[in-house]
Amino acid sequence: MALIVVGPAAAAAAALGFRAVAVVRDATVIGALTAVTALSVALAVHVEREGTVVLEVGGWAPQLGIVLVADLFAVLVLAVATTTILVVEVFALGQRRGPWAGDATLVGPVLLLLTTGVSLALLTGDLFTLFVSFELILVASYVLLTHGGGAGQIRAGMTYVVINLAASTLFLLGIAWVYAATGTVDLALLSARIPELDDGVRAAIGAWFLVVFGTKAAVFPLFSWLPDSYPTAPTTITAVFAGLLTKIGVATMIRFHTMTGMDDLGPLLLAVAGATMVVGVLGALAQDDMKRILSFHIVSQIGYMVMGLGLFTVAGVAGAVLFLLHQIPIKTVLFLVGGLVERESGTSALDRVGGLGARRPMLAVLFALPALSLAGLPPLSGFVAKLALVDAGVASRSSLIVAVALGGSLLTLLSMVKIWLGVFWGPTAGGEGTATLAAPAGSARLMYGAAWVAVVGTLAVAAFAGPLWELSERAAEELLDPGRYRAEVLR
Amino acid sequence: MSLALVAAVAGLVAVGTYLATSRSLSRIVLGFSLLGHAAVLGLLAAGGRAGSPPLADRARADDLADPLPQALALTAIVISFGLTLFLLALAARQHALTGDDLVEDDVEDRRVARGGRPAPDPQARGQRRTPGGRPWTP
Repeated sequence: MALIVVGPAAAAAAALGFRAVAVVRDATVIGALTAVTALSVALAVHVEREGTVVLEVGGWAPQLGIVLVADLFAVLVLAVATTTILVVEVFALGQRRGPWAGDATLVGPVLLLLTTGVSLALLTGDLFTLFVSFELILVASYVLLTHGGGAGQIRAGMTYVVINLAASTLFLLGIAWVYAATGTVDLALLSARIPELDDGVRAAIGAWFLVVFGTKAAVFPLFSWLPDSYPTAPTTITAVFAGLLTKIGVATMIRFHTMTGMDDLGPLLLAVAGATMVVGVLGALAQDDMKRILSFHIVSQIGYMVMGLGLFTVAGVAGAVLFLLHQIPIKTVLFLVGGLVERESGTSALDRVGGLGARRPMLAVLFALPALSLAGLPPLSGFVAKLALVDAGVASRSSLIVAVALGGSLLTLLSMVKIWLGVFWGPTAGGEGTATLAAPAGSARLMYGAAWVAVVGTLAVAAFAGPLWELSERAAEELLDPGRYRAEVLR
Repeated sequence: MSLALVAAVAGLVAVGTYLATSRSLSRIVLGFSLLGHAAVLGLLAAGGRAGSPPLADRARADDLADPLPQALALTAIVISFGLTLFLLALAARQHALTGDDLVEDDVEDRRVARGGRPAPDPQARGQRRTPGGRPWTP
């Protein structure tokens, strides 16, 4: 398990060392990512069969040292996340050329660092290590976002860095606060001590960390940095950000707020969730650029996960987990398709693309499947995940949020239709850039291949909805019963 | 926990927040340095009363200062140091590109807000360039 965390960091150092030698560098990056993905999947299978795995780093007891805890929730998200990063790296190899590719010598190694941060954030059983892993993810993302050094990237990068620095500072102050109140930063011990605190202190800690994780997750009203910064990055990088960064924020929120028993924040979370869904999707409808529409949808979809958490029932949290697992690949693949559209037509502005459906029917199919799934049409994975959430909402008699969620879905479909009309339908607008961007056929095959793998992955989520739902339900039961987590960690 | 320490944290947060909301990146950098100091002091305050240095062979166990917040603070200092450098690098790059270090408006967002019409004054700040860095054309 330690290898999943340390391995990518070591490989990143090696790959940076061989930056100039393309073959060695790419082989290191792909090899390391493949190994980490295989290890994560193996760990997931092991945890599913044998139960939670706990690793005391350096042999120190949980009260003294850092523990890594692989419970079902962590390994499920980890397996999906590492697979997604691997797919994106393959896509990036194909995208070597063109203005949207970014600096190939940097993207691979920094993606590895990002992998380290993501796996550490999911596996750690310690609040301060969580802070460090967030910083690791953020530093990697700062570099990925701004390494092009263009005016637009620097401008968007500034907003992004400043917002995230503010959130990190709040996180640190929150940790100081929690330590002063409870005398520990270990999650297992916290799950016992925070519920014993004064109601006021407990609510303040819960709300404080809601702001911290909410900023990372881009919930209403802390989302405005996201649609501003994401579209300016090279597409492959936006795909990773869209698929992973906000989702890690949500995953941590789900873990922290369930384990410390913040049930009384439920109504607040539901209100935030509803506002996030509506504002996100309305923002998407107003935009006229494919990447910006998709960026606003990231915000909107975050609302659905927060809704599941806000219900604080096993069914609700399980729905949130399932939604998370479905969102990671689907958002990634939508942005990868956005990258392919840019490559084919030179832009992603809706009024300057058109008629791609006739010229590139495969690309249209590649977009249509995940887009319909995002809107929640049966029998795709989005339908399964949304059905689970709506079902949980009805079961807890929260009819208002269910209505908002369903309305949001309809508007999502509307804006997907807008992309479809603008990009794939209608007359071919101009031909500018089409010829200039012709890349070698081999690399195009790699890009389409990677996108197809991701689409098939999302179809698999729908096909294996039954078993996945069972897994999500078990993960949710574990999350809502911190006593079991304590028993495993403090053995 | 000493009241002076808490007051210092509050003061640093106040001044840091004020500076960080400024448009000029050099002020933002200063603001975040102050906020970082506030967080580190907060960690220190969380450690409880002062004691002798937490070295195993030099002090008795009952009057040690709590070593954990110190370790956390040290980590936090290193991280905020690195990020301050990164922000400075961004400011330098911005200066090289535009001649100042102001945080600019989101061009695309302004355009959508205007309903797709061209900006009234192309020379206005923040609208001179498109996100791709190409010269702005109405």
